[in-house]
Amino acid sequence: MDLGGLNLFVLIASLMVSATPILLAAIGETVVEKAGVLNLGVEGMMITGAVVGFAVAINTGSAPFGFVAAAIAAALLSLTFGFLTQVLLSNQVATGLGLTLVGLGLSALIGKPYEGLKSVVLQPVKIPVLSDIPGFGRMLFSHDPMVYISLIIVAGVWAWLKFTRAGLVLRAVGENHEAAHALGYKVIRIRMLAIMFGGACAGLGGAYISLVRVPQWTEGMTAGAGWIALAIVVFASWKPWRILLGAYLFGGVTVLQLNLQAMGVAIPVEYLSMSPYLITIAVLVFISARGNQNAPAALAKPFHASN
Amino acid sequence: MQESLLHIEGLTKAYPGVVANDTVSLTIGHGEVHALLGENGAGKSTLVKMIYGLVKPDSGQMTFKGQDYAPPKPSVARQTGVAMVFQHFSLFEALTVAENIALGMENPPAQNDLARQIKEVSQTYGLPLDPLRTVGTLSAGERQRVEIIRCLLQNPKLLIMDEPTSVLTPQEVDILFKTLRQLKSEGTSILYISHKLEEIRALCDTATILRHGKNVGTKTPSTATARELAELMVGASFDSPQKKEKDLGQTLLKIDALNVAATDHFGTSLKDVSFEIKAGEILGIGGVAGNGQDELLMALSGEQSVTSGAIEFDATDISHLPPHDRRLRGLLCAPEERLGHAAAPNMSLTENAIMTAADRKGLRKNGFLNWAGARQFAQDVIAAFDVRTPGTENAARSLSGGNLQKFVIGREVLQNPKVLIVNQPTWGVDAAAAASIRQALLDLAQNGAGVIVISQDLDELIEISDNFGALNEGRLSAIKPMASLSLDEIGLMMGGSHGMEAMQ
Repeated sequence: MDLGGLNLFVLIASLMVSATPILLAAIGETVVEKAGVLNLGVEGMMITGAVVGFAVAINTGSAPFGFVAAAIAAALLSLTFGFLTQVLLSNQVATGLGLTLVGLGLSALIGKPYEGLKSVVLQPVKIPVLSDIPGFGRMLFSHDPMVYISLIIVAGVWAWLKFTRAGLVLRAVGENHEAAHALGYKVIRIRMLAIMFGGACAGLGGAYISLVRVPQWTEGMTAGAGWIALAIVVFASWKPWRILLGAYLFGGVTVLQLNLQAMGVAIPVEYLSMSPYLITIAVLVFISARGNQNAPAALAKPFHASN
Repeated sequence: MQESLLHIEGLTKAYPGVVANDTVSLTIGHGEVHALLGENGAGKSTLVKMIYGLVKPDSGQMTFKGQDYAPPKPSVARQTGVAMVFQHFSLFEALTVAENIALGMENPPAQNDLARQIKEVSQTYGLPLDPLRTVGTLSAGERQRVEIIRCLLQNPKLLIMDEPTSVLTPQEVDILFKTLRQLKSEGTSILYISHKLEEIRALCDTATILRHGKNVGTKTPSTATARELAELMVGASFDSPQKKEKDLGQTLLKIDALNVAATDHFGTSLKDVSFEIKAGEILGIGGVAGNGQDELLMALSGEQSVTSGAIEFDATDISHLPPHDRRLRGLLCAPEERLGHAAAPNMSLTENAIMTAADRKGLRKNGFLNWAGARQFAQDVIAAFDVRTPGTENAARSLSGGNLQKFVIGREVLQNPKVLIVNQPTWGVDAAAAASIRQALLDLAQNGAGVIVISQDLDELIEISDNFGALNEGRLSAIKPMASLSLDEIGLMMGGSHGMEAMQ
C-alpha cells in the first residue's frame, strides 16, 4: 500500500517504535499525576534510564538486563524527588525541574566511557501466525518485546485505575488528599509508590531510545521527549487510551516528517522538524479550549498531615 | 442509667500554644442523642477526632461498651462501630457516589451490589440518592446524604455528626431529623455537634457544653432554656444587635438580568438575576452554598466581567468597570474566604489595609504609597472593631478567624461605602464577634448605605435583613420583605429539599 512513495505499513510500524519512549514515560506520569503529584523531572529520569540501560546492556551483553536496570535507576532517582516533595514538602515544580537538570548532568558523567559504542540489539519477536498476515503482520506483530510491553502497561494502567480498589484509592488521593487522609488512607505512601512507578516507566522509555531506537549513547539524546510526554498527559486529559493516541500522534507526525525530509519535499526542513511539536500543541489547545480538562483536583498541591 | 455505650474520662490534648481539650469527660448511653455544644474553637472537633481515631489524646481513657477503646486510626474506629459525618465533607468531587462510599468502607462489595445496597438504605431512611452520579454535581444536602449513607452501611453503634445542618435548607433539616430519630429508635447513639441551640433542644436527650476545651456542664436541653445554654457556651452575656426603624432612600444599585457563566468545572452560572437596593436597606441573600453566591459576589465586585447594562450604580452603567473603579465610586466588597481572597495571608495588616483602601482613603500620591497613613488606617480599624492583635505589623494569617473577619469587614466599613457587599460575614466567628459585626452592618445601613449580606446562616439574615431573596441553582427568587416571611416560605425559596426526585 503505497501513498506517493510512502509505504503505509512501514510508516505505521515505524511510528510505533518512534512513539514507544514517549508512551512509556507519559503513561507513568499519568499515574503520578492521578495521585496528585506533578513530577516535571520526566526528562531527567528518561535520560538516566537511557544511560544506565545502555551501560548495563553493554557490560552484561543483555538488552533485557539493560531495561530492568534502567527502570530501577530511574525509580531510585524519582525517589529523591518523592522524598523532597512528599516528606520535606519542597515545591514540586522547582524540584521536578531540578530533577531534570540532575538527570542530564548525571547521565553525561556516567555515559562518557560509552560514547561511540554499539549496543546489543533487542531482537524483534515475530508473533506466530499473526505476523504472517501480509502487510498487517509486519506492521503490528513483528516488533521488539518493549513495544508490546508498553501497550500492556497502558491497558494495565487503564484497568487498574478503573476497576481495582487500589486504583480507586489512588484517584481519591489525587482528588482530595485531606479527605483521603481523614478516611485513613496513607497519602504519602501511596504517592511515593506512584512516583516510583512513574520513574520506572520513564526509565524504560529512556532505555528504549538508547537500546532500540538509536541504538547508541550520545549526550542529551532524549532531546525533549520527556517534555512532550508531560504535554501529552495533559492533552490526553489523564486518560490512558488517549495517552496512547497522543503518543502515537506525535510519533506518527515525527516519522512522517522524517520521511518527507528524505523524499526531498519542497518544504523547508525547519518547518518539517517543528511540525510534531506544533501539531501536538495545536491539538492540546483545541482540547483545553473545550473546558472540561479532568485534571486531578489536588494536582501539585502540597499535603501535610496536620493531625 | 444502664451500662453506657461510650465513656470518656479525663481526655486531654494540647497543641503548641493551646490546650484543645482539658480533662474532658462525658458518657453516651445506648440509643441516646448526645449534643456537644460549644463555640468555634471550643475543642469540639478535636474531641470527636480523638473518638474517631484521627488524633491521639495526650492522656485520658475511653471505654466503648465496657471495653478499653483507643483507636490508632479511623479504620479501627469504624470496625468498633463508630462512624462520622464530617462538617467539611470528606468527599471526592470527580468520583461517583458509589465510588465515594466504597472508599469509606473496609471491604466494599462489587460496584453493582454496592449500588443496590445504597438504593436500599436510601429508601429505608428516606435519603434519596442516585449511586451513579458524580458528587461534584450534587447539592450540599445531597452530599451530606452520601456521607450519612456511607456511615449507615457499616451499621454503626455510634454516629458522630459534626455541624450537620449548617449547609441545609429548613426542609432538608426536617428530613435529616426524621432520619436521626429513626436511627435512635433502632438503638443507634448519636453524638451531635452544633452551636444551634434550637436544634439541640428539639433533637437531643443530653447536652455537654465545651468552652475553651473544658467541659463546663451537662444539661438536659429540653428542660434548660436557650439563654441558659448560650451563657454556658459563651461564658458571658453580650448584647444582641439592635435594629431600628428607618426609611429607605433612593435606589443605589440596580442589577438587571445578570447572567454569568460558571468559571470552573463544578461552579454555578448565574441566570437572569435581577434586584435593586436602596439607601439604608439591608438585603439578605440566602441559599445553600454553591448555588451561585461566589459568582454573584465576583460579578458585583468586578472580578468577573459581565454584559453591559447589567449593573447600574448611582444611575450609571458600571458593568464594564474593573474592581478598582467600582471601589472609587463607593461599591465595596468583603468576600467570603478570609485568607487568600479578602486578605493576603503573609502580608501585614497595614499592607492588607492599604490594598483596598489606597484610593478611597487617599493613601497614594504620584504612584507612591503613604505608609504612615496606611498604618494609621489599620490602627483605626483595629480600634473601631476591637480586633485582638499585638499590632498593625502582624501578618494576617496570625489572627484568629474571628479577629481577621472583624478586620476585613471593618476595613471596608471605615471606607464609607455607598453599597457594601459581604459574603458570609460571620462564618466561623464566635458569637460575641458575630454580634458586633452584625451591629456594624446595621449601623452602616442606618447611616444611609445599602448593604447586601450573602449568607448561609438563616438566623443571621432574619436578624438583620429588611428584604430577603434566595439563590437556588444560580437563580434569584423574588425579593420579599423579611418580616412577611415564615421559615417554611424561606426554605421553599431556597429550593426546598434538593434531589428528592431521585427517589422516584
